[in-house]
Formats: sequence, structure tokens, C-alpha cells
Amino acid sequence: MDARAVRRHFPILNQEVNGRPLVYLDSAATSQKPLAVIEAVDRYYREQNANVHRGLHTLSERATQALEEARAKVARFINAREPAEIIFVRNATEAINLVAYSYGARLREGDEILLTPMEHHSNLIPWQLAARRSGARLRYIPMNPDGTLDVTDLDRLITPKTRLVALTHVSNVLGTINPVAEIVQAAHREGVPVLVDGAQSVPHMPVDVQALDCDFLAVSGHKMLAPMGIGFLYGKRELLEGMEPFLAGGEMIAEVDLERATWAELPHKFEAGTPDVAGAVGLAAAIDFLNDLGMEAVFQHEQELVRYALNVLREVDGVTIYGPEPPRGGVIAFNVEGIHPHDLSTVLDQEGIAIRVGHHCAQPLTEALGVPATARASFYVYTLPEEIDALARGIERAKEFFAHGIRR
Amino acid sequence: MGSDANPLEALYREVILQHYQHPRNKGRMEDAAATIRLTNPSCGDRIELFLKTSPDGRVEGITYEGQGCSISQASASMMTERIRGLSLDEALELAERFHQMLRGDAEAAKDERLGDLVALQGVSKFPVRVKCAALAWEALERSIEQVRSPQS
Ligand SMILES: Cc1ncc(COP(=O)(O)O)c(C=O)c1O
Repeated sequence: MDARAVRRHFPILNQEVNGRPLVYLDSAATSQKPLAVIEAVDRYYREQNANVHRGLHTLSERATQALEEARAKVARFINAREPAEIIFVRNATEAINLVAYSYGARLREGDEILLTPMEHHSNLIPWQLAARRSGARLRYIPMNPDGTLDVTDLDRLITPKTRLVALTHVSNVLGTINPVAEIVQAAHREGVPVLVDGAQSVPHMPVDVQALDCDFLAVSGHKMLAPMGIGFLYGKRELLEGMEPFLAGGEMIAEVDLERATWAELPHKFEAGTPDVAGAVGLAAAIDFLNDLGMEAVFQHEQELVRYALNVLREVDGVTIYGPEPPRGGVIAFNVEGIHPHDLSTVLDQEGIAIRVGHHCAQPLTEALGVPATARASFYVYTLPEEIDALARGIERAKEFFAHGIRR
Repeated sequence: MGSDANPLEALYREVILQHYQHPRNKGRMEDAAATIRLTNPSCGDRIELFLKTSPDGRVEGITYEGQGCSISQASASMMTERIRGLSLDEALELAERFHQMLRGDAEAAKDERLGDLVALQGVSKFPVRVKCAALAWEALERSIEQVRSPQS
């Protein structure tokens, strides 16, 4: 993959920040958008915009078609059996909340939900709330010191009381790629469904829901080149059909009288209210863009960057890197001895380098690492090795700055 | 290159780095009249502030424990030095001045009562860091509230 050629599709990257060329190393927070996506959204509003599924007029028909084509494209992208298994939502957070609420409605006191200590708050707090509502208990698959999951005792962790396993496919801090297929198999042996948080995997590697055999998959469009405000939930038809709606209102009913309503067919049962059609159109354009690159090539590109970055950063004195050896996701969390991540970020920002610092919405994990915060550099299709060199130089500069204080 | 030309030097003044490396009044206080724990949820900075008042209503002792970036820790250290001995009303007034300075109010920054704290004026140019500098002062304001309404 020629990242330099890919870059030309991303107008935002071609700018200076604080007088320096922008080095955007925060794609795990959100990706930048290629022209094809920006233009697809623009074209939708210029030529196709109308409310969907309601009007009988031509424009409404066009908008509806655009939405449903996007759904079919998403379904093919992750190899779902049918488009009706794709529910459009705002983001991965909303997708997980939908399951925690609608599937969580069947939880009873004493039931167990199995999670991991490396979950993003999005895949932790909804389960804490579901547990509080039902009296269910949260349990955790333990983590090895290198940031991989310890699955040796999985069969004992999945008990007759376990109702759901929910885990991230790729950690947004450690980059760990979890053995999802293996965990799904173990869970299914006990008849337990598995929700996979795909926020950091689907944008970066081939993901096939039938091969993984996961029961739910939550994804944010904005991390995979699409606009903010669109995401999706994949769910197996049998499970989705057995669940009550999450949000209620227009679009999601079959028949209504003053006392009650019956639910529309999938996927509409879970899509109350006017959807983000432009977002879905943008997501479809993003998927086209990624398919043109090839998801295997995207994954390989990031593996090369991760290996390169690990080599370069390990050469920098005082840098501690967290997480396992490659293959791993294109995120590297680290700390620099004696410099708080905040201060590092401020110095790097003056050099035009954008990284994220803090606990990355995974506070229990940061605590498990035994640090108050970390810095994180994350990569995507447009990231160049030179940008990693720039990061290393920026870290050296920060070290110098804080070692010697200001110019006297 | 003067300190105004380099935004980093305007932010990280010598005195700030000194307080960061050699914090004053850091530690727990067993007989505090008020103990307040605050965190900055977006970045994980945390502070625990201990406050003790004298019978005539002045700040008799003030210490803190915490973790965070240089700005948050230096701000806490400098605050404790500056606040000790003030009446609670004076402390609150100073806190208000400090917040004004962080919002970019140049007049407020000229207030002599701020003393060394003017070194933190540069933070106003870094909006994402304002919360770091303000954390200790919010803890101070809450502590004073706690001292004044000990029942709650
Ligand atoms: C692993 C993981 N899960 C969930 C999310 C939540 O994504 P969003 O904020 O788009 O819902 C993120 C994003 O930061 C993430 O990295």
C-alpha cells in the first residue's frame, strides 16, 4: 500500500499546525476523511436529500435507496448473512447500549456478564448499569502482564450463570488483538452469546462475522473514514428478533393504536426516528475506499508501522511502551520518564504533532498498568514512517525542554 | 527569542518547573477540618486537599496529595504557599482572581495579591490546560464550603 498516494485523498492532512506540518497520530480517536467521503455527503445533500421510508415521492425513494444500499454494503463488508442484521446507530457506544438495554432486559439477579479489564468505558459502563438494574454480576477474564488476555481458565469463567460475554476485538490502548474466535467457541459451547466491540478492529483489519461467529458487533463509522454520527450494530437475526426495541417512536412500528403497538420488521424495529442518511452514504463511500485499498493491505501497512514505531521508540531513552509484541493494532501507548503525558502532549502540539494523552476512556486498564495516564500514538492508512520519526524527535525535544527548564 | 515569542516558555515558566520538581506542602494532614478529593475525569489528574483553620477563621494549614501534570501540581504547590494565613474570604477572592487570570483577563493578572501565581498566566493561551491549573483552586473553594457548613 502506498500511504503517500493515499494521503493525497485527505485534504485535512495537508496543513500546518502551530507553524509545522500536521503530524496526525490520533486516528484511534477518530480517523480523517477522504475526499470521496466528503463529496458523497455533499452530493447526497445536493441531489438526494429527503426523509426515508415515508414519502412516496421520487426524492424520498432515492434517499431510501441510498440508505438501504449503504446497509447492504456494510453487511457485505463484515460478511453478515443479510442487510437486515445491520442496525444503523450513531456509534459503537450506542450499539453497545442498545444490546445492554434490549438484550440486558432478560438479565436476572445472580446472572453473570463476562468482560475484560481492557474494555473502553463504552463496553463497561452500559454493563455496570445493566447489572445494577438486574442484580447481575460482572466478571472479568484476567489479563497477562504483557497485555494479552489469559484465556487458560475460560471454561471455568463461563459458568451456567453467564448470560453474555462482551469484549473488545482490539484494545484501544494496548493494541492487543484478542482471540475472539476462540472465546466465541468456548462461550457457544455453553450457549452463551458474545458481543464484540469492533470499534478498533473493523476499521483496521478484515473482519468476518460469520467466521468469528460472534453474536453482536459494535462499530463506529468515524473511526473508519466515515463521518461522525454514523455507526452500526451487527446482530444475529434470531437474537435481534427476540429483543424488545431500545428506542421507540416513528419508523419502528408495524401497527399502532392508542394502547399498544407492534414492532416493524428488522432492522427498522431498532431504528426509531429519522436516521442519519447522509452519514450512511458517507459510510458506504468509506467502505468503497477501504475495499479499494484492501483490508488485508490496510492491516499489513499498520503492522509495518507498528514494528517501525516500536523499534524507533525503544531507541529513545526513558520511553516505556505498553502492550504486546506484534501483530497488534496500530496504537502504541507509552510514557516518557519524568514527563507527564499532558506536558508531553503540549510540547508535541507545538511541533504540529497530535497524539492523545490520559486514560483513553479505559481507566481500569490504566490503573492496571500502574500509571496515572499514558500517551498514545495511533496510525491509519495515511500514516507515514516519517511521522513516527517526527514523534521520536518531538519526544527528545520534550525531554530536553523539561531537563533544562526554560532558557535562562 | 524572548519568552513571549516561544509559547512553551511562556507556559512553563521557571518557577512552575521548580514547584513541579520540588513541591511545597505536599502530604496528608490528619487533623484537617476539610478534606476534598477532586479529579479531572478527562485526563486523570487528581488532587486531595487538606485544610485547617485557626479560631479566628484564617487558613492555618493547607496541604495536598495528588498526581498530575506539571501545571496541575505546580498550581497546587503555589496555591498552598500563597493561601496560608489568609482569611477564608481573602482566599476565595484570590481564587476568583486566579480564575479570571486563567480566562485571559489581563487586569486580573496585575493584581499584586497573586504574587508568584502570575507565572501561570501563560496557561490562558492553552485552553486545554486551563482545567489542570484550576483543579487545586476548585478543591480550595470546595474545602472552604465544607469548613463553613461542617454538617453537610
Ligand atoms: C475500543 C473502543 N470501543 C468503543 C469506543 C467508542 O467509540 P464511540 O465514541 O465512537 O462510540 C472506542 C472509541 O474511542 C474504542 O476505542
